[in-house]
Amino acid sequence: MMEGVVEKGFLDMEDTELRLGLGLPSAAEDPGKRILGNKRPLPSPESSDECESSKGSCSSLDAAQDDHESAPAPKAQIVGWPPIPSHRKNNLQPKKAEGDAAGIYVKVSVDGAPYLRKIDLKVYNGYGDLLTALENMFKLTIGQYSEREGYKGSDYSPTYEDKDGDWMLVGDVPWEMFIASCKRLRIMRGSEAQGLGSSP
Amino acid sequence: MASPLSFPEEVLEHIFSYLTLPSDLNSASLVCKSWYSADRYSRRKAFIGNCYSLSPQGLVSRFPNLRSVEIKGKPHFADFNLVPEGWGGYFFPWVRTMSVAYPWLEEIRLKRMVVSDEALELIGRSFPNFRVLVLAFCDGFSTDGLAAIAANCRHLRELDLRESEVEDSSGHWISRFPDSFTSLVSLNISCIASEVNFPALERLVSRCPNLRSLHLNRAVPIEHLPNLLRRAPQLVDFGTGTCSSEVHPDIYSNLVRAFAGCRGLRNLCGFWDVIPAYLPAVYSVCFGLTTLNLSYSTIPSPDLANLINQCPNLQRLWVLDYIEDSGLEAVASTCKDLQELRVFPSAPFIPEANVQLTEQGLVHVSLGCKKLQSVLYFCRQFSNAALVTIAQNRPNLTRFRLCIIEPHTPDYLTREPLDMGFGAIVQHCRDLRRLSLSGLLTDRVFEYIGTYAKKLEMLSVAFAGHTDAGLHHILSGCDRLRKLEIRDSPFGDRALLTNAAKLETMRSLWMSSCSVSFGACKLLSRMMPRLNVEVIDENDDPCSRPDNCMVEKLYIYRSLAGPRFDMPGFVWTVNEENSTMRSSSALPS
Repeated sequence: MMEGVVEKGFLDMEDTELRLGLGLPSAAEDPGKRILGNKRPLPSPESSDECESSKGSCSSLDAAQDDHESAPAPKAQIVGWPPIPSHRKNNLQPKKAEGDAAGIYVKVSVDGAPYLRKIDLKVYNGYGDLLTALENMFKLTIGQYSEREGYKGSDYSPTYEDKDGDWMLVGDVPWEMFIASCKRLRIMRGSEAQGLGSSP
Repeated sequence: MASPLSFPEEVLEHIFSYLTLPSDLNSASLVCKSWYSADRYSRRKAFIGNCYSLSPQGLVSRFPNLRSVEIKGKPHFADFNLVPEGWGGYFFPWVRTMSVAYPWLEEIRLKRMVVSDEALELIGRSFPNFRVLVLAFCDGFSTDGLAAIAANCRHLRELDLRESEVEDSSGHWISRFPDSFTSLVSLNISCIASEVNFPALERLVSRCPNLRSLHLNRAVPIEHLPNLLRRAPQLVDFGTGTCSSEVHPDIYSNLVRAFAGCRGLRNLCGFWDVIPAYLPAVYSVCFGLTTLNLSYSTIPSPDLANLINQCPNLQRLWVLDYIEDSGLEAVASTCKDLQELRVFPSAPFIPEANVQLTEQGLVHVSLGCKKLQSVLYFCRQFSNAALVTIAQNRPNLTRFRLCIIEPHTPDYLTREPLDMGFGAIVQHCRDLRRLSLSGLLTDRVFEYIGTYAKKLEMLSVAFAGHTDAGLHHILSGCDRLRKLEIRDSPFGDRALLTNAAKLETMRSLWMSSCSVSFGACKLLSRMMPRLNVEVIDENDDPCSRPDNCMVEKLYIYRSLAGPRFDMPGFVWTVNEENSTMRSSSALPS
């Protein structure tokens, strides 16, 4: 279709061969060329007012951009992209509630453990998933949940601090409500834990 | 027999007054000395596309009798936060010089400039015949500056603050228009965040019988609209405030009556937060509408389509992507006179699509709207096939800006780059003046552009190309290119240096996150003394790094004024001794 008068000789036309596939190949071709990307995680589009410069080479892109089929990971936002001026950005769909688009990260402490862990509640399908993960992470057994008696059959009870600052037993409320209100997790141990299990 | 060249100068000047295009006047001025002189004294309007291309003194000595000045400041990418605060584009040096040289100045139009309150006060004091002030995408001023304009410009016709950033000190600036002031024709305050004194605004509208254009700001609630419209039934262009309050039957019927009274209304915009139930209130004017800007309204598709179906005479439509493909199908069948379509994204920062807007929407409009010339379209997927269809059916396109939200997105059907599709656009649309690229693109697309886009004046490139061949194709092929802006593309030294002379034929070149080395910038600067080569680096002194280090951002433009004096600390340029100098700037106000 295209019969352009293309001046050969100046630049190697092999360079212009169509490449199938995604991502930027150029970084691999010529080590002298480096692309300074401006890709840095930004907390919100509105905060990208000052253009903070890139800190060096960024010759490969986010993995998310290479594979559009996979579940999108929380993405690093690119400064000034897509090209929307600020007076329009201010009118956009309000930013989703924290935790909707990105993960819901909460700290997990275990009585007696020297340091805390952090987990993303979004990756779990429900309580069973979560408790199994906690058991694996901390090498302990949590036991079976029952409404009447809490977590019987082990020394450990998983609790969480909710939005009101109260410490609740994990499992009482529906999963969606739980992940929306959970601020942090604490796996309690011993006699304290037993107290929570008894009905009020 | 007297030769035409010996006409008295007044006759020449009179003849030249019929030439309206600056390019024609420029040509006339080159014929001979007397024509140069006649043009020089009779020129009334000047357009300065880059405020740093000449000095204010240069302007006033070249054209001593201007009445109207239009100046643009920051590069376009400043709209997307790529130009750091404090970069420049100050208006004050201009108004200071013009206040002395042009006492009869009537019109100032600025775009992307930093305008201080002091500058606005100076306008108010210096130009007794002042009529038109347009501040587009400007910042640096507050409502105090506006108060000075209102109070002092007795013959003001136009005050248009479109998309500017105004620091709000008080909403009472609008009361500073004296009671005797009646000349207003156009008022656009849509960018002002806070409430404006509404009774004062109402009185102003009442006493200005020639008011044609009124754009309110978001803070004006819908309840105020009926009374306002009743006072200005002659309006041609109207922008509402917010339309979010619950629909009361009284307000609604008042609104219906008020709009019905505005028989001459042709342009509608605003509609912030509008509740769909309000929309039928404007149905009575829809038939006459030629411009509809709903790009701030989050109305869902069916309601949008209902509204648009009432508007068969639309020529310009701006919407959010809530319109979806189905809504655009409706546009294609209803709006047969459509010339310009802009579709903005409602949620550009989430990874997945929140609306059913694909390439199909634009294809429908391209097929159905035969007069379509100008397109700005944000979406998440596109195909070469769609681009080819658009190109073949709409060879009359003059502006085509496609933004596929995710960088490097290939043709979603074939997974190939979109080179061929954009190639079809430039091949078929021979009058294309403006083009913005997106998606996965190799050097090939630039080969097509260089070969076919002979009328292209402005090109925007992002995340595209592989090697310098891409940039070389653009610079060596696009004969009419004036503005080129490139980000995150691997273009570097060779193409730039080989095409150095081309840069002097252009207004400006912006390159950020590309592969241009500091050494090349220095070399280019030495080769081309009439170019200003400015390196923007907020991290470091580029001199402290080796020459082969890449520069962060680069802005190159031709200038008669030499390197500028107001560069901030993060802008570097090469001085006469060929070493880099950072200008210590005393910032003008």
